[in-house]
Amino acid sequence: MTDAAWETLSNQAVAVCGVVYFLALISHLVQWTALRKLPVDAEVGTEVPVAVGAGAPVVQDVSEREPDVERRTALFGRLGLLLTIIAAAVHLVALVGRGMAADPNRVPWGNMYEFTLSGTFVVAAGYLLLQRRFGLAWMAPIVVALVVVLLMVDVVWLYDPVSPLSEALSSPWLVIHVVSAVIATGAFTLGGICSVLYLLKDRRPARSTGYLARVPEPATLDRISYRMHAFGFPVWTFAVLITGPIWAHQAWSSYWSWDPKEVWAFITWVVYAAYLHARATAGWKGRNAAMLALLGLATLWFNFIGINFFSTTSQHSYAAPAVVQVVPQDVPVGATGAGPASAGELGQPLG
Amino acid sequence: MSDPRDRQYDRLPEGRRAGELTVRELLRFAWRQITSMRTALVLLLLLALAAVPGSIVPQEGVDALAASRWRDDHPRLAPVYETLGLFDVYGSVWFSAIYLLLMISLVGCIVPRTIVYWRAMRAQPPRAPRNLSRLPDATAYRTDESAEQVLARAREVLGRRHRVRAAGDGDAADDGAVSAERGYLREAGNLVFHLSVVVVLVGFATGGLFGYKGGVIVVEGEPFGNTPQYYDDLVPGRLFSPDQLDPFTFTVDDFEVTWLTEGRGAGQARGFSADVRYREEPGAEEQTYDLRVNHPLTIGGTDLFLIGHGYAPVITIRDGTGELVYDGPTVFLPEDQSLRSFGVVKAASAEPQEIGLQGLLFPTFAMTEEGDPVNLFGQAVNPLLSLSVYAGDLGMDDGGAQSVYELDLDGLEQVTDEDGKNVRLDLRPGESAELPNGLGTVTFEGLEDWQRIQISQTPGKLVALGGVVAALVGLLGSLFIRPRRVWVRAREDGDGTLVEVAALDRSGGGDIAPVLADLVAELRGQEPPETKRDGTS
Ligand code: HEM
Repeated sequence: MTDAAWETLSNQAVAVCGVVYFLALISHLVQWTALRKLPVDAEVGTEVPVAVGAGAPVVQDVSEREPDVERRTALFGRLGLLLTIIAAAVHLVALVGRGMAADPNRVPWGNMYEFTLSGTFVVAAGYLLLQRRFGLAWMAPIVVALVVVLLMVDVVWLYDPVSPLSEALSSPWLVIHVVSAVIATGAFTLGGICSVLYLLKDRRPARSTGYLARVPEPATLDRISYRMHAFGFPVWTFAVLITGPIWAHQAWSSYWSWDPKEVWAFITWVVYAAYLHARATAGWKGRNAAMLALLGLATLWFNFIGINFFSTTSQHSYAAPAVVQVVPQDVPVGATGAGPASAGELGQPLG
Repeated sequence: MSDPRDRQYDRLPEGRRAGELTVRELLRFAWRQITSMRTALVLLLLLALAAVPGSIVPQEGVDALAASRWRDDHPRLAPVYETLGLFDVYGSVWFSAIYLLLMISLVGCIVPRTIVYWRAMRAQPPRAPRNLSRLPDATAYRTDESAEQVLARAREVLGRRHRVRAAGDGDAADDGAVSAERGYLREAGNLVFHLSVVVVLVGFATGGLFGYKGGVIVVEGEPFGNTPQYYDDLVPGRLFSPDQLDPFTFTVDDFEVTWLTEGRGAGQARGFSADVRYREEPGAEEQTYDLRVNHPLTIGGTDLFLIGHGYAPVITIRDGTGELVYDGPTVFLPEDQSLRSFGVVKAASAEPQEIGLQGLLFPTFAMTEEGDPVNLFGQAVNPLLSLSVYAGDLGMDDGGAQSVYELDLDGLEQVTDEDGKNVRLDLRPGESAELPNGLGTVTFEGLEDWQRIQISQTPGKLVALGGVVAALVGLLGSLFIRPRRVWVRAREDGDGTLVEVAALDRSGGGDIAPVLADLVAELRGQEPPETKRDGTS
């Protein structure tokens, strides 16, 4: 296949997986709308458990009472899961196609479009891998909706045609650094979803119908959320404080230079450290800890999307390569008025 | 786990009213506050908050150019920001204060905890509580075996992965129970993690204080000697001294770059590679290195990085008297990705008048249909040098430092032709131009490449790296090891033996039920049940 063919394949795969995710979303929405009619203590005979662990709602057999609803929700629940699996597979094809389309072939995260494509894939795949083990079926509509929305943003605003990586990006550290950053981002995002639901559920614990009623108990949500964060935090530490600096040292001669992207990665790290502390401190457990987790998530996504738009000085530029100063520092510049210093630098890592 | 220092101290010595504190107590109180978890939490959040401005206001140390532009654009705010240290947030007093407080808190936190941990390590697992069935995770079963048999098996089973309290110390309270504990390494991990944070900071600070970072633009073939004079810019750490400079010399012999002419990346350059010849010290054997992006050269404790490139047109100027007054490659600074570059030439010894040239280099020159000059490509396919001419006083005699990339136009006048139009020299390699008014001639001999080399020393970087790696290992232990206490008690009554089993998760939120089920199965000599571990704990 030619590079152009790979690129077309990738673009088509993105479109297809977007549509399939959307169908999965509809399917889950139908499932949950049907469930609304049932009181929460009616366990529905889906294959996927609605809730698990200590927080599991009391189970009663209702198949006699509401056979139709039961069959319908079971069907749509399973359909939604199946569609999500198909969509994630196509999503993977889109990623591989992106990498194959570049010359030389490379990992598919050379720019924001590709990073978002990878990040959403990790969220979807993480959910699929963990949903059985952790009993996350209730998370399906949120995860799928999030992936659909992010993919839309990605295609509409962030799209970039395939282009070769700049020189500094061709480093094995790029692969390790970005893979770990993407994985941590996925884990934090899933954990953040749990924290939002925790906060919502904590406010109105006693509802007996509707979506929230079928979400696990706050204590369980809090535990799942903690698990996700406890997994994400070391991975983030590895990405941001080990592989990032090693690579920065090789490429820019400075392992930590307080570049805005680094600053915000550090802020995210500190906020999540505060989250872990909060969980261990009386008076900060629960609500406050959950809010810190969300603050962490906000800094994480701001760093990824926001900084690229708000800061002009970041060397981690995905768009036009940033301009690097080549003029002695104590010397006035700008004889042409246009600020002549620079360019000609050899490309910047991203992160 | 709650921190012992969070306890309230509400008992007062006699004879004093509440609210009165001696200095010692005050200090004690302050220390307790500083080393409490809550303070650590608040300080962490403060640190995060304090880091924010540095990503918004341009930082002197990150992008000095942006910082000075910002100053020019905000004449009124700039002094205020200056006072607040906002152009150097990460070196400012308030930022340092926060992280130093955090470190004090950290040390105050880990030292006592290490002592507690040390004692706990050597102590026996605690005795079984009197009433095991009261614990949240407890279970019981009956068996025909004797209590002794059950307990012996419990010792054996638990002994595999737990520390078991020594038997038969004649203590009645211990009677008929086995106590076991595991997961001691969690706390060790936590201590290692926090200690390593300090190590990282020390490594990082060492680099900042004793290191330096400098840059130089070298033209092919021109030697560089590692002394301050050779640098274009040099940013030393606070405790840096020039004798730290490794005494090496180097020369870039050849620079290669591949320009992509087709495909998506057309116009971009690839495969930068500079052939470097260097000596570690005068008289040492000469070595060579292929300096490329992502492949720095390390000489002693110094790292050399290839971070930029551009063109240096070779220009000669003969003045009105025919004297050679300027000769050599002149570094032009790129203005954009396609290496259209701006530069300045100063011939201060020219007679009858000093001559200054400034203008643009187009590596691949072309005209648009509207007749505007454009540069198409970074490779020097069709180079053109387009210069304006100035004559008068270059201002170089008054001793002040002057940029080599800028003309001081104060004493200069732009040279015009007979029609009063500004003279513009458009030269291709090999071409010469006569300047009006008998000022002299200018020749564009050819093009050389220049490379920008970043040179830096970062002592302590391996300390910092080792610190983070240790921190990560400690963190993994601290997050994923689950400390647990387990008790088994067997009591014979009329109809057999009643065995009570209980466990306590000390990390908070562990899911104990499957653990208990496994243990009971093992005690009864059965296959462990197929418990589904949903892992939601
Ligand atoms: C740079 C500053 C700090 C960072 C980055 C940091 C980070 C962390 C992290 C990530 C954890 C989670 C590990 C776990 O859950 O076991 C943790 C736990 C802990 N931290 Fe810190 N910490 C810092 C400062 C402090 C300070 C100043 C104190 C003391 C006042 C402290 C006391 C503790 C304690 C007691 C735990 C264990 C909580 C538990 O038992 O679960 N930390 N810290």
